[in-house]
Amino acid sequence: MRKILDLYQTTIGKKLVMASTGVVLLLFVLGHMFGNLKIFYGEEKFNHYAEWLRVMGAPLLGPTQGLWLARLVLLGCVLLHMFTALQLTILSYQAREVGYQKQHRITFSYASTTMRWGGVVILAFVIFHLLHLTFGSVHPKFVAGSVYANVINGFKVWPVAVGYLVAQAALGFHLYHGVWSGLQTFGIAGDRRQGDWRRPLSVVTALIVVVGYSALPISVMAGWLK
Amino acid sequence: MLINLTLHVWRQKGPKDNGRFVTYPALQINTHMSFLEMLDVVNEQLMEKGEEPIAFEHDCREGICGSCGVMINGLPHGPNPMTATCQLHMRYFKDGDEIWIEPWRAKAFPVLRDLVVDRSAFDRIIQSGGFISANTGNAPEANAMPIPKQIADRSMDAAVCIGCGACVAACPNASAMLFTSAKVTHLGLLPQGQPERYERVQRMIARMDQEGFGNCSNHGSCEAACPVGIKVDFIARLNRDLLKAKLCGAGTPSAV
Ligand code: HEM
Ligand code: FES
Repeated sequence: MRKILDLYQTTIGKKLVMASTGVVLLLFVLGHMFGNLKIFYGEEKFNHYAEWLRVMGAPLLGPTQGLWLARLVLLGCVLLHMFTALQLTILSYQAREVGYQKQHRITFSYASTTMRWGGVVILAFVIFHLLHLTFGSVHPKFVAGSVYANVINGFKVWPVAVGYLVAQAALGFHLYHGVWSGLQTFGIAGDRRQGDWRRPLSVVTALIVVVGYSALPISVMAGWLK
Repeated sequence: MLINLTLHVWRQKGPKDNGRFVTYPALQINTHMSFLEMLDVVNEQLMEKGEEPIAFEHDCREGICGSCGVMINGLPHGPNPMTATCQLHMRYFKDGDEIWIEPWRAKAFPVLRDLVVDRSAFDRIIQSGGFISANTGNAPEANAMPIPKQIADRSMDAAVCIGCGACVAACPNASAMLFTSAKVTHLGLLPQGQPERYERVQRMIARMDQEGFGNCSNHGSCEAACPVGIKVDFIARLNRDLLKAKLCGAGTPSAV
C-alpha cells in the first residue's frame, strides 16, 4: 500500500490509476455489450440473462450479492478514474498559466483532445442510462423485471435512442485514445518504427464497442427488434 | 528572392512585465536567410530607430545547442518538421505572410524577456539524475565493454535531445515527459548507466513534478514538435522503469 501511495505522488502514478481503472471499466463495457447482444436471441433468453445477473455467483453468493459486488467495484473505479482525471487536469492548467495567442493542434489524434469533455459526456450518459433502464425513473413504460420490453419501449422514443448513439460515439473516441494511452502508461510499447500494434488494437476495440452497443437502438428504431 | 512580412512579436520588458504583442514590418527579407537572421535584420532596423531590439536566445545557430526555440505561428520552431528555429529558412514563408512569434509558455519556463525563457528547470531535472559510476584515470579501451549495436543506436537516438523545450511548449499539459524520458533512456540503455538506473528515474520524475510541469496524456504533440526526432517510445520506457522501481523495488537489494 505504501508503495502504491508513493507511486501515486507522481504524475505517472496518477496516470497508472487512470489506466488500471480504465481496464476494469473496459472489461465491464465489453461484458455488458456481449450481454446486451443477447437481446437478438429473443425476449425469453434475454430476460433469462438479465435474471442471471441477479443470481450471479450462486451458490457462493446469495441473490444480488454478486451484482452489488460488481456495482461497488465499478463505482469505485469510476470515482477513482474521475478523481485522478480532475487532479491531472488541474495540474495541467497550473502548468500553463498563460496560453498562446496561436497554437496548432499537432497531437497524434483528434480523439486525444476529447478525453476530458468526452468523459463528462459518458458520465452524463451513464447517469441517464441508470435512471432509464435500471431504475426506470425517466422511462415512459418501465416494468421492473421485464427487461426486454423496457429496452424496446425505451428506444421507441427516438431522441433517447439518438442520445444513446451519441454517447457511444463519445465512448468510441474515449477508447480509441484510451486503449493506446493506457498501454503507453503501463510502459507496454515496442519500437514504433517497426509498426505500432497498439493503434490497430485501439481502433478495433473502439469499433467493437460502438457497433455492439449501437446495434440495439438502431435495430429498435429500424423495427428489426419488436 | 525577397519577401515582405508582417511580424507580431511578443514584447515583455522583464519577468514582472505583463507583456504584449507588437506588430513590425519585416521588409525585403532574403528567402535564403534563416529565421534568426531575419530577426537580426528586423533588430538592426529597430536599433536604427532607437528602439529596443527583440530579445531572443541563440548560440550555435546550427541546430545543436537547443537555445533558439520560439513559437512560430502556433508551432514550436515553426512549420518545417525536424528543424530548430535557427535552421528554419525563410523560404518556408510566402510574400505577405503574417507571422506570430511567441515565447514558450509553461509555468516552469518563466519568460525572462521578450522571447527568452528560463529553461533551467531542465538543468535541475538532469542534475537530479545524479552521477553514473565510472572509473577515473585513463580512458578505458573503447571495445572493452560490449554493447549491441541496436542498443547503442537506440541510446544515441535518445541522447540527441538538445533540451530546447519544444516538447514542453507543444504539449497541451506543458509536460516535460519527452525530455525527461530521453535523458532517462540514453543512460538507462547502456551498461554504464545500470548501477543507478532505478534510483535515477525516481529522482528525475520527482524533480520534474516538483518543477511544475504537467502530466503526460500521450497526445504526441511533443514528438511532432521535436526538432531532433525524439520518439514517445521513450516515455513508455520511462513509465516502465518507474513502475519497476516503485512497485517491484527494482534496483534495491530486496529485488535481487
Ligand atoms: C446501447 C447501449 C446500452 C444498452 C442497451 C444498455 C442496457 C442496459 C440495461 C438493460 C441495463 C440494466 C440491466 C438490468 O438491471 O437487468 C444496464 C445496466 C448498466 N449499464 Fe448499460 N446499456 C448500454 C450501454 C452502456 C454503457 C456504454 C455503459 C457504460 C460505459 C453502461 C453502463 C451500465 C451500468 C454501469 C449498468 C449497471 C447498472 C446496475 O448497477 O445494474 N451501459 N444497461
Ligand atoms: S541556436 Fe543552437 S539550436 Fe538553434
